This record gives sequence, structure tokens and C-alpha cells, in this order.
Amino acid sequence: MSKHIQPPQSAFDAELMKGALLDSLKKLDPRTLWRNPVMLCVEIASGITLVTFIMSLTGANTEPAWFTGTVSFWLWLTVIFSTMASALAEGRGKARAASLRKSRTDVTAKLLAKPEFNSAFTTVGASQLHKGDLILVEANEMIAGDGDVVAGAALVNESAVTGESAPVIRESGGDRSAVTGGTTVISSSIIVKITANPGETFLDKMIGLIEGAKRRKTPNEIALEVLLIALTLVFLLVCANISPLSIYSVKVAGHGTPVSLTILVALFVCLAPTTIAALLPAIGIAGMDRLFQKNVIALSGRAIEAAGDVNVLLLDKTGTITHGNRQAVAFVPVGGHSEQELADAALMSSIADETPEGRSVVVLAKEKYGLTREMPKEAEVVEFSADTRLSGINLSGNQYRKGASDSIIAFVKKLGCAAIPSDLADVVDRIARGGATPLVVSKGCEILGVINLKDIVKAGIQERFLQLRSMGIKTVMITGDNPLTAAAIAAEAQVDDFLAQAKPEEKLRLIKEYQEQGYMVAMTGDGTNDAPALAQADVAVAMNTGTQPAREAANIIDLDSNPTKLLDIVEVGKQILMTRGNLTTFSISNDIAKYFAIIPAMMLSIYPQLGVLNVMHLASPFSAILSAVVFNAIIIPMLVPLALKGTRFRPRPAEKLLIHNLLIYGVGGIIAPFVGIKVIDLVIGMVV
Amino acid sequence: MNTYEWLQTILLFFVLLTLVKPLGDYMARVFQGERTLLSPVLDTCERLIYRISGVNKDEEMGWERYAWALLLFNLVCGVALFAILLLQGVLPLNPQNYPAFSWHLALNTAVSFMTNTNWQNYGGESTASYFTQMFGFAVHNFASAATGIVVAIALIRGFVRRRGSTIGNFWVDLTRSTLYILLPVSLVFAVFLVSQGVIQNLNPYRTVPLVQGTSYDKPRLDDRGNTLKDSKGNPVTENIQVKEVQIPMGPVASQEAIKELGTNGGGFFNANSAHPYENPTPLSNMAEIFLILLISGSLTHTFGLMAGNTRQGWALLAVMLAILVLAMGILYWAESSGNPLVTRLGVQSINMEGKEVRFGLAGSSLFAVSTTGTSCGAVNTMHDSLTPIGGMMPLSLILLSEVIFGGVGTGLYTMLAFVVIAVFVAGLMIGRTPEFLGKKIEVTEMWMSIVTVLTSGILILIFSAVAMLVPSAVASMNNPGAHGLSEVLYAFASMSNNNGSAFAGLNGNTVFYNIAGAVCMFIGRFAPIVASLAMAGNLAEKKYIPPSLGTLPADKAPFALWLTLVILIVGALTFFPALALGPIAEHLQMAS
Repeated sequence: MSKHIQPPQSAFDAELMKGALLDSLKKLDPRTLWRNPVMLCVEIASGITLVTFIMSLTGANTEPAWFTGTVSFWLWLTVIFSTMASALAEGRGKARAASLRKSRTDVTAKLLAKPEFNSAFTTVGASQLHKGDLILVEANEMIAGDGDVVAGAALVNESAVTGESAPVIRESGGDRSAVTGGTTVISSSIIVKITANPGETFLDKMIGLIEGAKRRKTPNEIALEVLLIALTLVFLLVCANISPLSIYSVKVAGHGTPVSLTILVALFVCLAPTTIAALLPAIGIAGMDRLFQKNVIALSGRAIEAAGDVNVLLLDKTGTITHGNRQAVAFVPVGGHSEQELADAALMSSIADETPEGRSVVVLAKEKYGLTREMPKEAEVVEFSADTRLSGINLSGNQYRKGASDSIIAFVKKLGCAAIPSDLADVVDRIARGGATPLVVSKGCEILGVINLKDIVKAGIQERFLQLRSMGIKTVMITGDNPLTAAAIAAEAQVDDFLAQAKPEEKLRLIKEYQEQGYMVAMTGDGTNDAPALAQADVAVAMNTGTQPAREAANIIDLDSNPTKLLDIVEVGKQILMTRGNLTTFSISNDIAKYFAIIPAMMLSIYPQLGVLNVMHLASPFSAILSAVVFNAIIIPMLVPLALKGTRFRPRPAEKLLIHNLLIYGVGGIIAPFVGIKVIDLVIGMVV
Repeated sequence: MNTYEWLQTILLFFVLLTLVKPLGDYMARVFQGERTLLSPVLDTCERLIYRISGVNKDEEMGWERYAWALLLFNLVCGVALFAILLLQGVLPLNPQNYPAFSWHLALNTAVSFMTNTNWQNYGGESTASYFTQMFGFAVHNFASAATGIVVAIALIRGFVRRRGSTIGNFWVDLTRSTLYILLPVSLVFAVFLVSQGVIQNLNPYRTVPLVQGTSYDKPRLDDRGNTLKDSKGNPVTENIQVKEVQIPMGPVASQEAIKELGTNGGGFFNANSAHPYENPTPLSNMAEIFLILLISGSLTHTFGLMAGNTRQGWALLAVMLAILVLAMGILYWAESSGNPLVTRLGVQSINMEGKEVRFGLAGSSLFAVSTTGTSCGAVNTMHDSLTPIGGMMPLSLILLSEVIFGGVGTGLYTMLAFVVIAVFVAGLMIGRTPEFLGKKIEVTEMWMSIVTVLTSGILILIFSAVAMLVPSAVASMNNPGAHGLSEVLYAFASMSNNNGSAFAGLNGNTVFYNIAGAVCMFIGRFAPIVASLAMAGNLAEKKYIPPSLGTLPADKAPFALWLTLVILIVGALTFFPALALGPIAEHLQMAS
């Protein structure tokens, strides 16, 4: 089991809160805040009310100072709540980044001239290592930078990066050659060719990403911001429009006062989509952070959002859909032999077989037929060889063998026994067609029967695929098996499609084909030969155990190297979008109630009849406006947990999901402020 | 409503909805270059036009070229009209010898007809010659309507085309929409209107003696237009005897049909469709309402067909119809409840002020919501005389950016912009990058949709505020107070949304309103057009994403409901304060 890097448990952790508070004040600097234009407008609005408050104090403004002062106070709080939300989201990431940094105390490296263990080295600082440098890392030393093992093999403790305490093997050649800076070699020595310049290493990237320093707005986020800015502009004009209209109305009505600047500014802030604008940065950062809690590093926010759009998942069969090891599930006798007889021979043929498949035969014989045998001392073990493609033992003149059907037939024919049971071909064929592997067992001259070796599909995977299908996501199984086996497993796991005898170039072709049809494709991979397909896929998840090229081609890295993570990533991607959409709807729906609070209040002196619009029966115009402002401010911290955790996600068809969310955030968004504003008004009434 | 009113209303919608499918189908064929019923007659004509004008009908245009061609065409036509108005005095077909328009009135009128607004700061029969009416206004009624239609068609192509760089050929689209759609339908209905009593001639105005003469006291004015007063402070008047009247004539029927069909709305006469020579009978009234809604309604089906999803077209039509019926219901209710000020005098009656008895309450209400829901702007009822809540309905329909059927073409492309915004938010709510008709909605689409939807609202908010600050603009109100505020709001709403109907009660022929109005009409027309074409070009380049279970179904009831809410909420949030100080305040004042 993986041990996750300790996530701070609560969004409101005391230590975090202190840091966030400080950060939120720093973020009030307009030079920082301009990245969130809506909130910048709110800050300017707050500034204006501060001026009207001071004018109230000096008597230049006839509005009571307690009113302008309170409005100004709450408008400033609105801005601070918003900067605090993003500071909190970033704070959680920063805490993690700090713990990562600790693991990266500046180490020294042994720089080699040639990739040979016994050549001379010079000691340099890790920060001086560049791409292509060769370094020697010996036992109990920290690897100074990202690279590929070019010579040797070693056990490496990667817990600093992955949180996984069990060490892993890293060796030259093959798919396990990549090492990460900051991890420690436990035994043996390796020579590593550095693949990243200082500041560009995996760890650096990770720290940058987690801190949110390099976070760029995603296209989708920008599109939403466009909408929010447009709405803000409209509301600005609405408020600007009220002033001359009210001046005119006062003139013709002959009584009343034109709407004051303080009230107009308050109305503007209440109408502007502050709730979503305040929480927007936090939603994205928190999404990355949630993924990180699942030990997944997204190399860009874009990748996670793309994951939410994925409609084709390419899943490797082994490890994702099946457990990976075939297991014996039945003994099928042929030629009139009994099951017991076959079980015994199968057990004998496998007793020396240490492969998972061999062991599963022993287990089946024990569990189903109650057979247990010790390895007889006098037995002669026949190892599997590429020539014979058989394995087994020779014991007291009996040759126990198991192997593929044609190999066994060849073997018994060579022994001079011509009688092949007539039903063998049928049984073998039936098992193969069922997606399993038939292993034929012989004892001496006789063929006793067939072991049914089956790829075991993971429990519950069908339900998961069913959920995905209901969300409109197609699953495609990728396997090296022959089409027959692949079809059977695909049917059992209930994937939508499969690619049998898959070669890397076939994967690439398949991805391109789907993309051509307009699908968004996600895949996982770890081998170097996966790199082209990973680079082509819209969402590419590389296993952390994978090779450097694979990790570079990917846009998401799974530190646990667990291929089913793809499903979690899709979920987080969707959650981010949903949280944004839901809060936008909520924010805009809120405006209706705010209008009903503020409009009658601001126009009451001109047209007393407009009092009928005061449907909430708020106590006084001042209290009505204050209540709306206060509600608008405190809704932000109230929704911070939602922004950080994301809206709850349950897979279901789009239409049902839409109705559900519209009811909660649309209808709820209309009703909630009516209640909230009324309650605040009552509280204000009690205080004043 | 009484049985007769129910019958005519139901019959109207029945006929309209029955014709949506065949006409929508016909228009889809026209714009896809397929053979149609009229091809045998018009094909030669169409080819001749291309040969003369040197248009290669197979040449496709990118959105920028399309937009430039459209702007150029409109500007040239606009300048031509401007010239006609300034030269009216020396041009032929002017039996009443009307002089040239003032420069600012000419500018306002030229922009007005170029932009399909047909806002009229002049009285047709007392200002414009037959030449101006026929070669100026009528030509623009066709050209501006065709312009609207082609933009909608180009936008549909943007949704439909995959990885394409072009959105059609402006000249071909323009020719086809005029030749195959606007001309034949106008021709048929012009003849029908003549059968109902609409006049069609080039005669000089007739002077006829009154059966019973009348007289009135006319106040005397000084040089500045102020009433002269005697030493006691009473106005000085002179008694005027009226024994004969002048009855205007003109080629009305030919202009009347396209006025409704092209949702132009510029009346031949000042009284517009309330005038017996424009709209003589209840039947002609229904026919005119039908014409107003016909193309905009049918284009939704054209859209559905071309986009390969007819349900989508019906869904949009359903949204339009729902809001139209809602507005009609409220308007009818408000008018039938009567005027509380009159009721207080002990007279129980429905509010018939400003309405024609021959149309009745239903015929007037239906016309009012149809002409404002679409950007037509013809009127058979004085909207200024509606009750405050009743008057708020036409005003609100205009303020919703003219998507309740909307102008020909403009209604559809503005509605599609609303759809894009609604799809965007709804798409987020279901956790996907939003897509519509298989096209992803991204930053460009958002910008363009927002420009399309919000331009008019922004113009209204800015200019109505400016009008309150300009003393001469305030002085134009005949009814100062909440009602006057509604008049100003209505004027800018009507011009910015290219509707053209007036609340009346506001003297619009001043330098301020003429210039400000021209700016509103121009920006309100062409900013959304360019934005829609840009969106079309951008969409056409995108690849198609096949729908799946995770795709938001935009052609089903939940989305239609959501779209309706988005349209209503955007409108309400933008204009609630202004409406509160206008019609709502007026209503509450009257009621209390």
C-alpha cells in the first residue's frame, strides 16, 4: 500500500489559516489582483465606499457614517474573503511543496567522464549538473538529478517523491531505467545519465505546480471569465444608469433623493458575480491538489480539464482490467480419465513450477480436490524451455508434463504413443474460445486432460465501466492477447471495444482514428514504446515507474503507478468544471433576491409605492442594503469548502445531471439569498 | 378572450406552425443550392444576375470576406438612401412637392432603413415622396431583410461545416434570399392586401369635402415656438374652420407586404398598420401578424434541417413561442383589466385607448407582441396608450434582445448566441467542456455570443442615461415622469435592437435623438452581425465531436427550459432597475 504524503486534513487547519490570512492581505495589491478582473472591480468599489465613509465622517456626505462605514467594511471583507479562498487553496499546496523541498537538501554528485564504474570522478553540486552528464550513485546516496540508468541496477527508495516506502528496482535498459532526483539508492551502484537541466527536474516541476506558481488559466477558465467580465460590465452600466434615471425621477416626482454613490456601489458589488469570481482561482488549484492527494501529478490544469472531457479510455488489459496473472480455474479431463486423476497429474506437473500460473494449479488442486503433495526429493525437474515449450517433473518413470496443446501432442507422439483422445481438440478449442488458456496435461504416454487457465477480471470493474458508459465514456481494452482471448475478456469485463495483439504503432493509429472522429482519448502507459501514443493522446497518464520518455510524453503522472487511476482523474476533471458551472449559476441566481432587497430600498424615497417590491419585508432601506451586502460577502467563505472539495460527483447521464444541478444551484440559488438576507436583516434589527 | 378572439388567435398559430415545416424546408433547399418549386422560373433570372454582376456562384468566402462584402453592400445602400433623402426635392415622383429631409433626419432615416430598424422620426405621408418610398425605403426593406437572413444562414453553416474555412458566398446568399423568398411571398401578399382594400397607386393626394365641417382653437406661437399669452396670462388662440381634408395616396400594398415579411416595420403612413389604407380589415390584420412571424419562425426549421437535427429547431421555436404566449397573456390581461384611473370614475371597461376597434383587444395585443418580439416594429396600436404593465410587455420583448422569433435572421442568430451562453454554463454544470451541435464552445465563441447578445443592452443603458442628462432630450418627452422615462427607454430599446416601433409621446426628430439613434441602430445592428459571422468562421474550422451519453442534449425540454430562463434572467437583471423607475413605478402610482 502506498503511504500518501501527509495531506493537511482540513481546509481550515490553524497553521494554514494563519498563512492564508497573511497571503490574502498581500493579494489585495491591485497589481496581483488584476488577474481576477471582477474582484479588482470590487476592490475599486470598496475603495470608493471608503471615500464616501470618510466624507460621511467629515460631513461632506449626508449619509450616516455608521451606514457608509459598515457597507465599506463588508465590501472590503468581500475582497479579502476572495483572496483568502485562493490563498487557502494555494496554502495546502505550499505546505506539500515545503515537505518536498526538505527532501531536496542540496546534494553532491560524483561526475564521471565515462560510463564505467571504475573510472575517476569529480564531486560537483547537484545544481551544476546538466543534460547528458554522467554521475555515479552508490549505496545510501541520494540521486542528484533526474536521469536514466545507463549501467548497473539498484534498489531505489522513492518515498520522497511517491510516498511509497517499498523500494523499487531501477536498472539500465528496458522500461525501468528512469530515476528521479531526490530519491535514494539503497543498495548497489548505478551510473545515471542526467536528463534534465537544473530547475527543470521532475521535482522542480512538481514543486512549481503544487505551489500554483506556474498555474496558467485553462481555456475553459478563460471562457468563463469572459462571461463573468461581460456580466460585471453590464452590471456596472446598470448601476451607472440608475443614477441619472433617479435624478430625473426625483426632479419630476418633486420629492425623494437620488440614489447615492454608496448605495450604487453596494448594488454593483452585490450584482457582480463575486461569488464565482472569488472562488474561481481556488477551484482550479484545489482540483490539482485533490489529484495530488490521490498521488497523481497533473503537469497542467489543462490536462485535468481535458480528462473531464475524455470520451474514449484506452485501458491496458493487464493490471487495469485483469489482475495480470492467469489462474487455473478448472481441470477438464479427456479420453475417459477422471477429474481426480487429472488433478493429481496437474499437481505433479506444476509442483516445481514457481510461476504464478503454476502455483495457481497447485492451489486449485488443493482447494477443490483436497490434494497436497510435497516436492519429492528424487524428482527431476524439467524447466520450461523455448524448444519444447513444456514443463514438469520426471518421477519414478512417470513423465508429468503440461504445456500448450500442440507441444504436448508432439511430446507424446515422440514418446511413441499415437493415441490422442478424440475429445481433446474440442475441449481445448472450447476453453480457448472462452478467453482462457488451455494447458494440456500428460502423464507418460497418456493425455489426461486440460487445465483451464483464466485471466481473472478484477472484481467490480464491470460496474465501473457501466458508470463510465452512462457518462458517455467509451472504454477500449488494449491487449497483446490473440483476438479470441481478447474478445472473451472484453465481453466479461464489458468494455465497449478492444484492440488485440496491440503493438505500439497500432495504439498510435487507434488514438489518431478516434481523434479524427472527434473523440478525446485518454490512455495510460509506462514503456518507452508507449511514448508516441502518449504524446498523441489528449490525456496521457504515465506511470511513475515508467521510463523517462514515457514520463515526458505524458501530461499526468501517477506516482502510485496504478492504471485504474485514470478513472479518478476523469472524475476530478469533471468535478472542476461542475463546481465552476454550479457556482456560476448560483452566483447569478442570487442576484434576483438582491434586486428585491436593494431596488425598493434605493427608490423608496422617490416612489413610496415601490415598497410593495420589498417582498422580504426588510426593516429599513439601510438595513435592506446592508443585509444584501453582508449576504454577498459571507456566502464566499461559506462556499469555500465546496470550492475546495468540488461538487459531489455521481456518474449519470447528462440530462439527469443537469436537472439535478439546476434544481440545487439554480433554484437553490434563487431561494437561498431570500432566506439569508431576511435572516441577516433580522439580526441587524436586533443589533441596531 | 371571447370565442371570436380565441378562434382567430388559435387559427393564426395553427396556420403559422403548419407552414413552418414546408417553408423551413424550402429555405434550406434555397440556401443549399438545391432545386425548388420556383427554380424553373427563377433559375434563369438568378444566373442572369450573377452574369451581370460578375459573381462566381461557386466561390466560397471566409468569414472576414463575407463580413466585408456585407458591410460594403449595406453601406453603399445606406449612402444611396441618404442621398435620395437629401435630394428628394429635385427627384421625380413627388406629386406633393415635399422638400429634402434635414441632414440629421436623413442620417437617422438612412441608418434606420439600412439596419432593418425602420425607426421613423418623420411622418411618411407628410414627408416622403413616392420616389423615396419606392426606391429608397422599399428597396431597403428587401435588402436589409435579406442581410439578416444571410447572416443566420452563414452561422448555421459555421455549426455544420467541419474543418472548413468558408461560410458561403454573401452575394449568392443575398440574391437567393431576395429572389426565392422575399420577392415571391411579398408579391402574393401584396395582391392579397389589395383585395382587402389596401391602396396601390401613384396618384396625387386627394382633397375631399367633409360631410360635417368642424372647427378648433389653435394656440398662436411666437418665433421660438412658445405659446403667446395675452395680458391676463391666457393663451392667444385663433379659431380654425375645417371643411375639407386631404387623403394621402400612394403605392402602399407593395410596401406593406415586405414591411411585415422582412420584419422592417416602417409604415407608409405615420399611423402605420393602424391606418385603414395599410391594414383595413381584421383579416388583413391577421395576415400581417402572420407575415411578421413567418420567416423567423420557419428559419428555426431551416436551421434544424441544415444542422441535421430538426428537434433542435423545434426546441428553439418552442422557447420563442412560450415567451411570446406568456407576453401576450400578460398584455391581454393588463389591457382587459382596464385603466384604474378610468375605473375610479365609475366606468368599467377594458382599455381601448389607442387601439383600433376593427382589430379588437386580441388583434391588437397579438400584433403588439408579434411586432416587438420580432424586430418588426410595425404597429396597429399606440403602445404609448397601453396600460403601464401592458406597455411593459412590448418593451420587455424588445429588451430581451429580439429573440422571441426576432427579426428575419437576426432572431435566429441572436437566439443561437443565447444558446451558446446557455450551453456553456449548462455544459460546465455537467462537467464537460461545453459543446453544441458537436462543436466545442470556447473563448472565441463566448466573446462573440456575448457581443451578439449584450450589445443592444449596453447601448440602451448608456444612451438612456445620457438622455436623462441632456436637457433637450428630457424636453422631448410629452409625458414627464415615470411614463416619459418609459418613452425614452423604449426609444433606445427600439433603436438599439433594430425594432423601429415607437412608444410615441416622444418627439424624436431632434438633433440629439436623430444622431444618438443613428449610432444605436448602427452599432446595434452591425456589431452582432460581425460577431456572429466571426463565430461562424471560427466554428466552421472546428472538428465535429460525435454526441454521447455525456453530451448535453440541447434539443430536449430541460435545456429548452434552461434557455428560456437564461433569456429571461439576462433581460431581467439588465433592466429591472430601469423598469422599476418606469412602467412598474407608473403602474403602482396609478393603482394606489
